[in-house]
Amino acid sequence: MTGFWTQAFTITRRDLMRERRSGEVLWVTLPFGAIALLLVPLAIGTDVRTLEAIGLGMFWVIVMLFGVLIAVRQTNTETQAQRDQVALAGIDPAAGYVGRSLASFLLLVVFESVLVVVTIVLYDIPLVGFEWMPLVIVLVAAGLSLLGTLAAGIVSTGRSGAALVPLLVAPLSVPLLIGATQTFESLRFGRSSLAWVLLMTVVTLLLAVAGVLSARPLQETG
Amino acid sequence: MRVGATHILRDVSLTINDGDAIGIFGGNGAGKTTLLRLIATLILPAAGTANVFGVDIATDDRYNIRTKIGYVGHTPGLYPEMTLSENLGFVAHAMGTDPAEADRSLTAVGLAGAADRRAEVCSHGMQRRAEFARVLMTKPDLLLLDEPHSALDADAVELVDALVMRTLDAGGAAVLVSHDKERVLRVATEFVEISGGTLS
Repeated sequence: MTGFWTQAFTITRRDLMRERRSGEVLWVTLPFGAIALLLVPLAIGTDVRTLEAIGLGMFWVIVMLFGVLIAVRQTNTETQAQRDQVALAGIDPAAGYVGRSLASFLLLVVFESVLVVVTIVLYDIPLVGFEWMPLVIVLVAAGLSLLGTLAAGIVSTGRSGAALVPLLVAPLSVPLLIGATQTFESLRFGRSSLAWVLLMTVVTLLLAVAGVLSARPLQETG
Repeated sequence: MRVGATHILRDVSLTINDGDAIGIFGGNGAGKTTLLRLIATLILPAAGTANVFGVDIATDDRYNIRTKIGYVGHTPGLYPEMTLSENLGFVAHAMGTDPAEADRSLTAVGLAGAADRRAEVCSHGMQRRAEFARVLMTKPDLLLLDEPHSALDADAVELVDALVMRTLDAGGAAVLVSHDKERVLRVATEFVEISGGTLS
């Protein structure tokens, strides 16, 4: 038997290897996210002030919607035989949860980092408070990856499959969305954004605890 | 054992001792795979108890015995994007086995030349062989094989027999479920029939 973190990193490495081979995030989700950001100015017109005003909000909405797809990408296609193999390799379900979430986190950080540059270019948004951007990107990526992995674990126990994921994820991602947008809104008006960063941190920690504690029961009902 | 409102297994009592190679036969939907997955601790009984290696599988202690179990289902559990070597390497890393064992095991099942081939481009028979290589690598005390002879050529059928004999020689036990009584009886020390979720 190996330790918790060895098992978690083994799962992370497996997920990243599969992603590198399939290119799902890099060649499908990421370009679609960028296209979605491009379509908005085409749909509402090119009024610079409007684009400036909505740019960052659009970025976070796109991150939430497409980010969930990244977090649940492989659970939807994982077969029972593959799950059996992981279980009989002695991998603790909680380590599996952490490992999957970590892989999704790394992919989400890349996804957000690329899209934020696209947003700056397309929407010409003012870079007020952007020194906070790396921290917010990390918190949103952590929260979304933990949430998506938890949601994927829950839906894999039932017969409704991926159809339930948006229903589970949408309400629970609202604090992350509000936290991310309000952090920069506060900074724009010269207020402290600490409360919003704290909100995202607490939500992320709660998701981590919920995910680890529910991993074993979810595996057994899957 | 129940799935939804349907009883898959009912009044099943089976004891497996070291050195046993038990063949379980039955038609489609008889409950063979469910019984095997129950022994593998992958599903839990709705009523009654199941002890594997002296551990009640309804308790969390089942997580401590799972690495002693080698299970090959009728559907390969390989990751299609990964090579055969990487697939086995993943299990080796997770279990703390020397990763070099992965390639040695693939060589032992005649897949040395395909070790760097992605699972998705391997035939079903090759994937089955790779699954046997995984079990060979993990050296289980309890070997569980679900329809082990399907999609295999003559050489690979011999491989199944060798795998069972190796497990028994090491003091372990094996359970094989199959439609193919004749082939299983070549290695089985005893057999049971299952019908409608009940053993006879």
